[in-house]
Amino acid sequence: MTAALIAEQVLNGLQSGIMLFLMAAGLTLIFGVMGLINLAHGSLFMVGAFVAAATAAMTGHFVLALAAGMAAAAAAGALVEVVVLRRLYDRDHLDQVLATFALILIFTEGTRAVFGSFPLYIDLPLWLSGPVTLPFGIQYPFYRLALIALGLVVAGLLTLLIHRTRIGLQIRAGENDREMIAALGVDIGRLYTLVFALGAGLAGLAGAAVGPILSVQIGMGEPVLILAFVTIVIGGIGSIRGAFVGALLVGLTDTLGGIFLPEIFKLFMEPAAATRTGASLASMAIYILMAGVLILRPTGLYGARAA
Amino acid sequence: MSREGALNLVVLAGLVALPLWAHLAGETFTVTLATRAVILALAGVGLNLALGAGGLVSLGHAAFFGLGGYAMGILAFHAQSMTPLVDGLLPGTKSMPVIWLTTIAVSALAALVIGLLSLRTAGVYFIMVTLAFGQMFFYFAISWNAYGGEDGLSIWVRNGFPGLNTLVPIQFYGLCFAVLALVLLLSHLVRRSPFGLVLNAARQVPARLEAVGLDPTRVKLVAFVVSGAITGLAGALFADLNRFVSPAMFSWQLSGELMVLVILGGVGRLFGPVVGAVIFVALEHWLDGVSDYWHVYLGLLLLLIVLFARGGVIGLVAGRERAHD
Repeated sequence: MTAALIAEQVLNGLQSGIMLFLMAAGLTLIFGVMGLINLAHGSLFMVGAFVAAATAAMTGHFVLALAAGMAAAAAAGALVEVVVLRRLYDRDHLDQVLATFALILIFTEGTRAVFGSFPLYIDLPLWLSGPVTLPFGIQYPFYRLALIALGLVVAGLLTLLIHRTRIGLQIRAGENDREMIAALGVDIGRLYTLVFALGAGLAGLAGAAVGPILSVQIGMGEPVLILAFVTIVIGGIGSIRGAFVGALLVGLTDTLGGIFLPEIFKLFMEPAAATRTGASLASMAIYILMAGVLILRPTGLYGARAA
Repeated sequence: MSREGALNLVVLAGLVALPLWAHLAGETFTVTLATRAVILALAGVGLNLALGAGGLVSLGHAAFFGLGGYAMGILAFHAQSMTPLVDGLLPGTKSMPVIWLTTIAVSALAALVIGLLSLRTAGVYFIMVTLAFGQMFFYFAISWNAYGGEDGLSIWVRNGFPGLNTLVPIQFYGLCFAVLALVLLLSHLVRRSPFGLVLNAARQVPARLEAVGLDPTRVKLVAFVVSGAITGLAGALFADLNRFVSPAMFSWQLSGELMVLVILGGVGRLFGPVVGAVIFVALEHWLDGVSDYWHVYLGLLLLLIVLFARGGVIGLVAGRERAHD
């Protein structure tokens, strides 16, 4: 195992962690402000990816495809919020789980009806494809680096939005006391729709952005949704910073575990058994991480003390 | 008799009469569908104990369902391949009673560990954590190549039960129905028992429970363990019905579907999961014939129920549950 391989895997882990952050940020924002648990967040990820793939195929313009994916997911999110979800804010979590589970069924089969059952692929434009050479002679795909950069930029913009703008002020106020800010004349319904659309847009952007790496297919959203859940449980629900730290932890654990655990087991087991045991354990690594965090801090790393 | 009680009797009578009629008419497939409904109902009764009585919104009950399936699969696999389960010690088995006891023990143990960890959290954390633990088993099963990995395990011949020929659909149905009836009776008795009352209190006013010196978390943990064991047993029967076990039994969609059928029938009602499972299997069968995209209709129906018909089908028929009898 060489240093170059390790560096490459660390970068892979960072890249998947950053994309996970886009998903987790939306989820945690929606939960923090509206108290809504949204299982259909993975469906919005899928919508983003499919619309991006279709746009890329039609126009051949990659950046436009990203924007279209994000916009479509945001629009779908706003629509769902207005039609269904705003009736559920006052309900208990069970009703929210069921309604959003129902939305998954509708989104999944709806997407299948529109786009068919076959996976779609997004081709990278020339300027984004190919490897770059990093210091120490490490070859790495340029697009994955670009994804890391994109994620960091979005994370920065999101922080600015929440901490430096009027909308952000309202969002933070909404997390603390929704009656009070409604009494102060903020249109709380519109704020909620906006927050939901923002979260959905982030999910859609993540889906569109990873489209060229994964294949765009039905059901692609749910594995990511579950990883995002693990992320915000680790980071603490409602905390953007927690989502960021949690996403990087999960991304790195998931990627590095798959590479290193078998190697570690080879130190004291025969190779075949070590590969098997290591692979099994690696597939469970993030859940073990989550269990560990829960034992130490039941409300996550950055969660409020009392849930 | 209350309307709910009457409805329960009608459902029970239907579950006896319909499969018998189908058997006499030679409609074997209907018997199989009914068996599927009864087994899913059993899983739902397990979930309902955590969900309805304990207020624990577990989105990871597929973990127990799958464990039941794999317990059966692994035992039967070693029996059919004549290999020992543990080198030189334990043989596999094709005997249902042994498999069931193993299943109950395994899934109860898993529920204890998952419950201990998950019950440190509450509310939305609990939902996500149970979901994540379910996924953990899913990925473990996929990577466990000794028992089929992603492809799962096929069991050639259905396991046996003393005095019955389980290969005859109606006999296997009868067995599953008897298990369901027994568990329903048990569930009914538990609801009436002091433990049932305490569990209700743990859901509604945990603070008062603490005030009288009872630990609500421990009460919920017991409910979660029993709930997991029942769902695990259903998993073993389900695997026997299909003679096949695969990681799909651990999938989170299955957890979601179990939750759906409990809500469809009526959460917290004794017969809620039974009514829900019958409707679910009937819908699945009927809508699948109508449209390739039947999940869309299921989703829409579910949305309507959540938005407008809280209390599920039993709630619609029997009205609001009385707080006390």
